[in-house]
Amino acid sequence: MADQEQRPTRDRLTVLDRAVQHVLGKGVDRTDGPAKVTGEARYAFEVPADDALYGCLVTATIGAGRVEAMDCKAAEAVPGVVAVITDDPRLPADMVTSMQAPDAWRLGHDIHFFGQALGVVVAESWEAAREGAARVAVRYAVGEGRFDPDLAAPDEEVPATAFVPPIHKDDFDDAWLNAEFQYDETFSTPIHFPAAMEPHATLAVWDGDALTVHSSLQSMAGSAKAIASALDIDVERVRTLSPFVGGGFGGKTSVGSEAIYAAIAARETGRPVKVIQSRRQIAYGVHHRPATRQRVRIATDRNGRIVALGHNNATVQRDGRNFVEPVHFGTIHLYGGAARSLTTSLSRANHPTSGAVRSPGEASGTMALEVAMDEAAERLGLDPIEFRRRNEPQVSPTNGKPFGTRKLLQCYDEGASAFGWNRRNPNPGQQREGDWLIGMGMAAAVRGNFTVEARATVRLETDGSATVETDMTDIGTGTYTILMQIVAEALGLPAEQVKVVIGDSDLPASAGSGGSFGAGSSTSAAALACEQIAQTIAAKMGAARENLTLQDGHAIAENRRVPLTEILGGEAVEAEGHAKAGDHTSAHVSSSYGAHFAEVAVNAVTGEVRVRRMLGVFDVGRVLNRKTARSQLLGGMVWGIGSMLHEDAIIDKRTGQFVNPDFGEYHVAAHADAPPIEVRFIEEIDDLANEAGAKGVGELGNSGAGAAVANAIYNATGVRVRDFPVTLDKLLAGLPPV
Amino acid sequence: MHFTINGQKYEADVDVRTSLLDLLREHLGLTGSKKGCDHGQCGACTVLVNGRRINSCLTLAVMHEDDEVTTIEGLGTPDKLHPLQAAFVKHDGFQCGYCTPGQICSAAGMLDEAKKGWPSHVSERLEGEVELTDAEISERMSGNLCRCSAYPNIVDAIREVAGEDA
Repeated sequence: MADQEQRPTRDRLTVLDRAVQHVLGKGVDRTDGPAKVTGEARYAFEVPADDALYGCLVTATIGAGRVEAMDCKAAEAVPGVVAVITDDPRLPADMVTSMQAPDAWRLGHDIHFFGQALGVVVAESWEAAREGAARVAVRYAVGEGRFDPDLAAPDEEVPATAFVPPIHKDDFDDAWLNAEFQYDETFSTPIHFPAAMEPHATLAVWDGDALTVHSSLQSMAGSAKAIASALDIDVERVRTLSPFVGGGFGGKTSVGSEAIYAAIAARETGRPVKVIQSRRQIAYGVHHRPATRQRVRIATDRNGRIVALGHNNATVQRDGRNFVEPVHFGTIHLYGGAARSLTTSLSRANHPTSGAVRSPGEASGTMALEVAMDEAAERLGLDPIEFRRRNEPQVSPTNGKPFGTRKLLQCYDEGASAFGWNRRNPNPGQQREGDWLIGMGMAAAVRGNFTVEARATVRLETDGSATVETDMTDIGTGTYTILMQIVAEALGLPAEQVKVVIGDSDLPASAGSGGSFGAGSSTSAAALACEQIAQTIAAKMGAARENLTLQDGHAIAENRRVPLTEILGGEAVEAEGHAKAGDHTSAHVSSSYGAHFAEVAVNAVTGEVRVRRMLGVFDVGRVLNRKTARSQLLGGMVWGIGSMLHEDAIIDKRTGQFVNPDFGEYHVAAHADAPPIEVRFIEEIDDLANEAGAKGVGELGNSGAGAAVANAIYNATGVRVRDFPVTLDKLLAGLPPV
Repeated sequence: MHFTINGQKYEADVDVRTSLLDLLREHLGLTGSKKGCDHGQCGACTVLVNGRRINSCLTLAVMHEDDEVTTIEGLGTPDKLHPLQAAFVKHDGFQCGYCTPGQICSAAGMLDEAKKGWPSHVSERLEGEVELTDAEISERMSGNLCRCSAYPNIVDAIREVAGEDA
C-alpha cells in the first residue's frame, strides 16, 4: 500500500509529474454531461423500485413545547394509506450524522424547533400520503421559545475543542490601546439556506436484514454510519447509493431525516418506501448557515501595518447540537498583526439545527472582515489593495508556521490589472451614468485546505482500459471527470479508456464531498494507486520505475514501446491508493486564495443594485480540470452576489417559524442577477497539499465575493451598510440627491 | 386519459390530484423532468405542452387530455443530443445537473417565443424582431433557478444555439 506519509518533502516526484498524457488539467467536458442533459441520470427518488410506497413527513407546527397527543385515525382512514408511524423511539427530529450520538436528533415528543419531524404517513400514492399527513391531528402544549437570541450577549464561550478554537495571541488590549489607528465596527449576517435544487429524498429497500438506501448524500461511508447509528443496527447492514446528487452545498453532509423514516417504514410495511421532503420542510429539516454578529477591530501603526486584529463573533445553535459556525476561520492566517483576538461565542435558541453550508466560517466571516478591511483602508487613506499588501504575512501570523503555495499578492496584481482597478475613483459616489451610480470593489478570498483520509482502487484491465472505484460523490463538482483525468494521466491512457465508479458505500471509503477536500483527497488516492500499477509495469518491463513512461496505452522504457495489453498478458493489475494527512500537513498552513473584483451600478432613485461584472483570480494549486474548476468558482461568486444582495432567511420572533421557507420568498440569485464573470487561475502545483498537488476549489469562489460587491456599492454610493444583506431600503436614505 | 408524450401515445388512469410532473415521473417513468420545489418557483419541472413551456408541477395531469407534451427525453438522447443539450455540455451549463432538463426545455420554449417576436421585461420595443442579447436571454430564463449558479455558462450555451438558428 502506498502511503503518503513516507514522502513528506516538497521535492518528491509524483506519478503525475512523470506523466505525459496531457489530459489532466485540460478543460475536458464532463463525462457525466450527456446523461445529465438528457434526463438519463437518475437521482435518488428516481430509481425504479417495484411496489414502492410513498411516505410524507408530519412536522411540528409550533416552535417550542411538547406533543401531548397525536390522533392518526383520520389519516389512517384516507384511501390508500398503509401505515402511520409516529411512535418508533428512533424517529429523528431532523438530520442524522455520524458526528453525534442519536440523542442529538431523538427528541421524542419534546418540540425544540418549528418544523421538527414527528412521523410519517405511508401510502400507495404520493397524493394519498400527503393527504394523510395533513390529517394527522397533533395536540400540543405550547412552551416558551427562545426565538430571538441576543447575539450581543451570547450564552456560551466556545471551548478550544471546537473545530476552530479561539485564538488569543499577545496582549490584544495593550496593542489596541497603544495603536496609532483604530477601526472598530460591528456587522451582522443572516441565516442562509444551502437550498440544493434536488430536495432531500430517499428510496429505502430492505432485503432480509440488509438495507439499501438510495439517497441524496455528499458522503457515502459517513452516511452509512449515520444511518446505522440512527436505526440501532450494524453498519455492515447498510449500503448507501448516490451516483447522482442534485447539489449539496453542505446540506447533504448529514443524512436527511426522510432516509430514516423511509427505512423504518420500509421495514414495517415490508415494501420499498420513497420519502421526499418538500421545499418548505427542507427549510427546517436541513441545517442552515446561522446568523452571526461580528465585531471587527483593526489597529495599525502609522504606516498602516496591523498591530492588533480582533474578530469577535457570536452565532446560534439549537440545544443538543455541537456544530458551531467557525466564523473567524478565514481570519486566522489571512492578515498580519502580532496581537490577535479571534473568537466565536454561541447563543442557544429554538431554531432549526445550524450547520456547515458552503464555505462555513469564511462565507459569513469574510462578509465582515473584508468589508472592514476596505473601510479601514479608506480611513487610513490607502488603496484597499495596498493596505492588504502591507499586511501580507510571510508566515502564519497566528502560529508562525510556513505557508504552502500562497499566490495572494499575484492574485491582487493580476486581478487589478485585468479588471481596470486603476479606473476606480477612490472617492465614493462620484461616478454616475444617468440614474446609475457606478462603483468598484475588491476583496480577498481564502479557504482552508485539508487532506482527508481517502481510498481508491484502480484496476488496469487486460484490454488496456482502467477502472477506478471509490465511494466519492459527484455533487456537481466534476468528480467523475477529474478521477478519469487523473487515472488517464497517470497510466497514460486515452480518456475513453477510463471508467469511474463512485457513489456507493460498498466501494473503498473516501472523504466524500465537503469542505473542499473531496477532489484533492480522492484524486490523491487514485494517483497513489496508479503509482503502484506503474511500478508493477516497470517490473514487468524489467525497467527502473524512473525510466518508465506511460502514454497512449503503451509502456515506454529501455528503448522499447510495448502495448499495455501485451505487457499485462491477460492478467489485470489492481492496486489500492490510500491518501491521508502526513507529518507535513501539520507542519505548514495550507489554503486556497483569491482576489475578487466587482463593478456595480446602484440606481440613484430606487437604490436597486445591479452587479455589472465580476472578475476572480484564484490560487488553487494544481487545476485538475480548467472547465469544471472555473464553473465551481464562477458559481461560488454568484453565491457571493446572492448572499450580499438577496439571501436572508427570517425567523418569526413570535413563533420560531421561517417567514420565507421556499424559493418564492427566499431569493437565491437567478439568471438576471448573474453578470458576466471572468475567472483566472494562478497555477502552482502545491506538493505539500497532497499527492495531486491540488487545493480546494468549491468553497473558495464564495469566500469574499459578497464583500467585493458590498465594497463596490460603497464606492458607488458612499453608503456603508454593515447589516447584511445590502437591500435597497438600507441604501435609500444615504443616496446622494437625485 | 390520453396523452401524447414525446410523440408517443400514453394511456393512464390518473388521480385528479396528480400533477403533470408526478404523472411523468411517478407513473410513466419519465424522470428527466425534475421536482425541485413543487410550487412553480424553481423551473426544474419545465416541459413543453403543445410547444409552450410550462411548470409541470403547477398543472394537473387531468387538464391535459390529448395534449402534446415534450420532455427532456423527447429532445435528444446521449447518442443524439439536441443542439441545446450539446451546447450545455460544451459550455458546462450545469454542475449537479438537477435543474438542467428544466433549463434546456425552458430554453427551447424561450427561443421559440423570441422567434415569434414576444417581448420581455428588458425589451426596448414591444414589437418587431427580438434580438437575443445576453440581457434578453438572462431575463427570459430567470424562471429557472440553478443553485450551482452556472448562469453565465447557460447563457453562453443558449446564445450559441440562438446564433445558429438565426
